[in-house]
Amino acid sequence: MRALFGQGFWTRNETLVAIVIIAFCALAAFSDPRFLSATTLTDLLRASIVLGILAIGAMLVLISGGIDVSFTAIAVFAMYATTVLTLGTVPGLPWPFIFLISIGIGAALGAVNGLFIAGFGLPTLIVTLGTLSVFRGFLLTFVGSERISKLPPQMREFSRSMIVRGTTEGGSFYALPLAFAALVAVIVLTWFILHRTLLGRSIFAIGGSVESARRIGINVRGTQCFVYVYVGALAGLAGIIHGSLGRMADPFSLVGLELSVIAAVVLGGARLTGGYGTVTGTLLGVALIVLVQNSLIVVGVPSSWQSVVIGLLILLGTGLPAWQARRAAERAA
Amino acid sequence: MSSASRSRSPSGSPSDTPSDRAGRRWQRLIASPEARLAIITVAVFALMALLSPERFLSAGNLTSMAFQFPEFAILALAMTLTMMTGGIDLSVVGVSNLSAVVAATLLASFAPAGIGTAASLPWLMLAYAVAIAIGAAAGAVNGLLVARLALPPILATLGSGLVFTGIAVALTGGSAVMGFPDSVAWLGNGTLFGIPVPLIVFALLAIALHTVLTRTRFGLRATMYGANPMAALYAAIDTGRLLIRVYLVSGMFAATAGLVIMSRANSAKADYGSSYLLLAVLIAVLGGVNPYGGRGKVIGVVLAVLSMQFLSSGLNMLQVSNFARELIWGVLLIFVMLVNLRGGSRH
Repeated sequence: MRALFGQGFWTRNETLVAIVIIAFCALAAFSDPRFLSATTLTDLLRASIVLGILAIGAMLVLISGGIDVSFTAIAVFAMYATTVLTLGTVPGLPWPFIFLISIGIGAALGAVNGLFIAGFGLPTLIVTLGTLSVFRGFLLTFVGSERISKLPPQMREFSRSMIVRGTTEGGSFYALPLAFAALVAVIVLTWFILHRTLLGRSIFAIGGSVESARRIGINVRGTQCFVYVYVGALAGLAGIIHGSLGRMADPFSLVGLELSVIAAVVLGGARLTGGYGTVTGTLLGVALIVLVQNSLIVVGVPSSWQSVVIGLLILLGTGLPAWQARRAAERAA
Repeated sequence: MSSASRSRSPSGSPSDTPSDRAGRRWQRLIASPEARLAIITVAVFALMALLSPERFLSAGNLTSMAFQFPEFAILALAMTLTMMTGGIDLSVVGVSNLSAVVAATLLASFAPAGIGTAASLPWLMLAYAVAIAIGAAAGAVNGLLVARLALPPILATLGSGLVFTGIAVALTGGSAVMGFPDSVAWLGNGTLFGIPVPLIVFALLAIALHTVLTRTRFGLRATMYGANPMAALYAAIDTGRLLIRVYLVSGMFAATAGLVIMSRANSAKADYGSSYLLLAVLIAVLGGVNPYGGRGKVIGVVLAVLSMQFLSSGLNMLQVSNFARELIWGVLLIFVMLVNLRGGSRH
């Protein structure tokens, strides 16, 4: 088997997570056959759009050797500010422009993180903890703290556009919103940057060792700056999608989700120490978190146990490889 | 290490004029984060006292501040200890809520209803003991994850924090546990010789932590480990045992904070104090604790707590919204990091 899948296949996080996902689905299908339906699938895919985009961003930061906890605040800031701005100026603005504004605001806020991290060399966790409360505090104090349910018409229009829709034989309705295409685009773009450009190699390199990267002539500050601006832009996109799909601009939403997103990324095998992480792993991590958040009840676990399960998954998912590595090191010694 | 800050020799060449020496003394004073923080604390206090003298300086406000800050200040002490070793404990809020929920359930469901103060004391002691024991056990779990599995502390405590919170949610179904004997209120709302009890608890814990960090082998080793884990290992320190004890103590501090919160809220819930995690990290860093380990003083953390509370209360008097307070906290955190950076960090 080992030869069939190549070295290390069975000990990789991706494999472990995939096995857990398959086991979970098998168990769910066994206890409720209706679980295996187009409706469940599209519901889960729909639930993973925002989480997925945020997770791809968080993964990029982890690969670069940092950690970002402010992206949820950026997402909600960009979404709410864009909504207020659009309603106040051109309510009829076509949705691609609304999205661009939100992405732009996100990128600008990401640049603030980049300034402190790349410019002043402050620790990433502390900076982003600080900017998390700055962005959120600024939003709620100066932009607004009221929920807006009357969104610009084009945002509602966007949320009604579907890639596929239909009715299953059982008579239940299923639909996959256009927003899913945004997730796919983000995945493809990020994969391309990471694996087909020099910039991507630089991100891996500074995550592996900043000093070595600097010595081979990589522009460490520029690369770090790009990472935080890109993550900010992704957060802006995720935020506006969240607002559109939920048909509500809620300034209190999203913040608090950051640790779940990081959990998904870490489950997928990205290392907090930097230099390692895969898009596939991250997506599997997101899939597992979404499954646990939405379908725990189907396998007979009350949903109040949700965070216990996610916490245990994180500890197992990161502890098992760490323990294996330790044993291997002891055997070699 | 604490002695590192005093390592510069007191140079006293004969040609020194008194004003030179005074200038140098001033510079040396400014060079330590604690001294800068003391100045900031006094400045914040003075500013708030100027802006709203009759209300900020009123006895009522000063007392209410003394009741408000100990709960998150104790969490900040727990954070300080783990940060000294270069770690972090993101599970403190989870641990404090889990301990409080269990203690609360014990008191609300098992203690006979409507008993007098004297009769409820054994129950109270039992509940406190159980809560602290749970804190210690939860901390030991964190310690094992960090020391034996070599998980990064951020991950280990992030995961375990979710588990602890989750267990508290599962135990209570997410609702608040209430209906205690009246004696529960003393820890959070009572006074002893006119001093608020939570303030006394905080002061005792702060003095204890200061003594442990500066006067005991355990504290010295924890600091050494934070400064250079490899060197600590080569110095024949049992780093595994050390880390387990560090996180265990952190868990016990968190449980104590949980009991204070329970007493003040007269209930326990799985999601109380969720904003305290950020606040605890913020206070520790503000207090000059190096998040990479090896440097930090309890006095700095105490000053940071005071300045945060003055700022927070003062802004409250000035009718500033809670959200603006969050904004100002974040700005303060980044500002202090920048100042410490320019003030010549030794790391």
